[in-house]
Amino acid sequence: MADNQEPKNIQDGLERNIFALFLATALAVSIAGIVEIVPLFYLKSAVDYTEQTDKYGNVKNEKFPELVWERTFTEVDGKLVADKALYKQDNNGKWVVADWKAGDGVRPYTPLELAGRDIYLREGCYICHSQMIRPFRDERERYGHYSLATESMYDHPMQWGSKRTGPDMARVGGKYSDEWHVMHLMRPQDMVPESVMPAYPWLAENSIEKDFFGTDRDMQKRLSVMRTLGVPYTDEEIENANEAVKGHTEMDALVAYLQVLGTMVKLDDSKTYRE
Amino acid sequence: MDTTAKPQYDNGVVQYLTVGAVAFLVLGTFMGTFAAAQLAWPALNFDIAEITFARLRVMHTNTVIFAFGGMTLMATAFYTVQRTNGVKLWSNKMAWWTAILFTIGLLAVVVTISLGMTTGKEYHEQEWPLAIAIAIVWTLYTFNFVMTIASRNKETHPNVYVSNWFFLGMMIAITYLYVVNGLAIPVSLFRSYSMFAGVQDAMIQWWWGHNAVGFFLTAGFLAIMYYFVPKQAQRPIYSYRLSVIHFWALMFGYVWLGAHHLQYTALPDWTGSLGAVISLAMIIPSWGGALNGMLTLSGAWDRLRTDYILRFLIISLAFYAMSTFEGPVMASKTVNALSHYTDWTVGHVHSGALGWVAMVSIGAIYHMVMKLWNTEMYSMKLINFHFWLATIGTVFYIVAMWVSGIMQGLMWRAYDEYGTLAYTFAESVAAMHPYYAMRALGGLLFFSGAAIMLYNVVMTIRTANAKATSQAEAHA
Repeated sequence: MADNQEPKNIQDGLERNIFALFLATALAVSIAGIVEIVPLFYLKSAVDYTEQTDKYGNVKNEKFPELVWERTFTEVDGKLVADKALYKQDNNGKWVVADWKAGDGVRPYTPLELAGRDIYLREGCYICHSQMIRPFRDERERYGHYSLATESMYDHPMQWGSKRTGPDMARVGGKYSDEWHVMHLMRPQDMVPESVMPAYPWLAENSIEKDFFGTDRDMQKRLSVMRTLGVPYTDEEIENANEAVKGHTEMDALVAYLQVLGTMVKLDDSKTYRE
Repeated sequence: MDTTAKPQYDNGVVQYLTVGAVAFLVLGTFMGTFAAAQLAWPALNFDIAEITFARLRVMHTNTVIFAFGGMTLMATAFYTVQRTNGVKLWSNKMAWWTAILFTIGLLAVVVTISLGMTTGKEYHEQEWPLAIAIAIVWTLYTFNFVMTIASRNKETHPNVYVSNWFFLGMMIAITYLYVVNGLAIPVSLFRSYSMFAGVQDAMIQWWWGHNAVGFFLTAGFLAIMYYFVPKQAQRPIYSYRLSVIHFWALMFGYVWLGAHHLQYTALPDWTGSLGAVISLAMIIPSWGGALNGMLTLSGAWDRLRTDYILRFLIISLAFYAMSTFEGPVMASKTVNALSHYTDWTVGHVHSGALGWVAMVSIGAIYHMVMKLWNTEMYSMKLINFHFWLATIGTVFYIVAMWVSGIMQGLMWRAYDEYGTLAYTFAESVAAMHPYYAMRALGGLLFFSGAAIMLYNVVMTIRTANAKATSQAEAHA
């Protein structure tokens, strides 16, 4: 079947010119991404009809208003301020969540939660724990309402995961006490004898203010990069970010993150959020 | 063999990469075996942060996929591109830089992941300074490869041979997907935040993730198959037309499959279904390719009895055919509802990674070692022993994961007579123990085979070098 004598067809031409083959191959491999990925940035249905309202990443949702925490940014004296505060210092000097309460809708993470999320990534929790509940009866009973795209819209990167060596984490927030989480992370088998999870005792010793090789964990920088990426933080929230994690351990941060997972939105069982 | 007018090839860099690949295979399978043992016996985590399961697992995947796989791809591409085009490398110096920087880069990846520096993106964990370095090295590799082909004599070598198409396709797709998926803004030297979030990030990550399999571990290793199977069997590839179909179907089709990792998630239904449908269609070209390799042996099947290297190559095609059938089955919505999130996925990856990728590489590496050092292997018996260790180890591994995966899936969705969930999650974990132990044993067998291979390769080279020295002395 060697048709070497007959040189003229497209395949033969490509085989004779490596640069043409290069271009043809590059074209063939790029089509899928254009069809599958690009629409996800434009189709409203891909993100439960959540729409961005400004360039900072604030959002609204007219179809399912319960999904998002709406707020408005304005510029006052060259500073970006909001009508509602994400977190503040209370009378005891503790940094707490301010004008948001559980169920008010998806909001950006507080500095401590975001730092905790960094620890979650560093320890590779996503290797064994998913954060994506599927719309099946058993998953609903085990973990809760199925996950929506809006719930991870501020997650750079997402932590949906691909494996459940341990249970799903998408709605773990509030299921156990902080103390339970600390004891579980210190020695998982004390709380769940069958567990194959490693222990993480160093989390309780390490300060969250420090990063690799004793460098400072610059939360201001981290929040401001997040804002560049479309997570709406005000100037004040960025300025206070280092202050807000002061004195905490990595354990505190990780537990703060785990406890907020799945608590942001109160989903309505009577609604069909997704086909 | 045509000893008379044989053009000289650049062999040094290929020799280095070949031995490096074997060393990384031993290291990577050791890490995998240890991580497997940690799941069976969690005390093996020793409360040491640097080797806890999740970090070790990522060190393992990076070592076997990118270090072992990458060095094998570089060794074989540099080896075959010279021989199929009848020229030396376009730049031997650039090839050496590529090889050395790649080694340093991958060692740095393993160390930084152990320390906890990670992007948190599966199969793209290396942080931004290393990701940039690796992308540059990869571009050098691609550039050198293309330029070598361009520098061939068009009179004697008018058409570029099929193995080169597959290498080229792999290089292009990997560069493109790796760079897009890796887009991020650094927050420190050790950490960056991905540019993408949520559903878009999920799709982009699996668009890359599945093609770390589809291109890096499949198209690249098919290039190896298209050169080494005909070479070792000493017959031409069964069908040229099948190769053409196989190539274009893979280039176009594989990139779509990532979406099947996100069935029933918050990814829109149409995207997941599209991924599943194209996955199903991919059975045809994949099996065409596997047959193309196997039928190359028609009329010479008896050689499998005596040629141990050919055995590695042919069994790899059997595993390739099996995995490319299993994959589409798991991508279908009904099966995926059960198999997703379970060990079945892990088993599927390993039937491809151990059975196909590692086996075809091992066959090609033994072939190259003999050619590059112009000698027979130190011990053919050890190759045979390696073959059985690798095959039995792989079978142990995937059978254990089939059972545990399907069991997990069934336990999670089981209801008792009162209509409540029959098992707690912890009960499903406890039920996995025997299979996790069996998987660790399978891994240990495979690792032992790799260690024997390293020994055999080192002894072959030492013997060959000693012979060369004594001959040189005799001449002097």
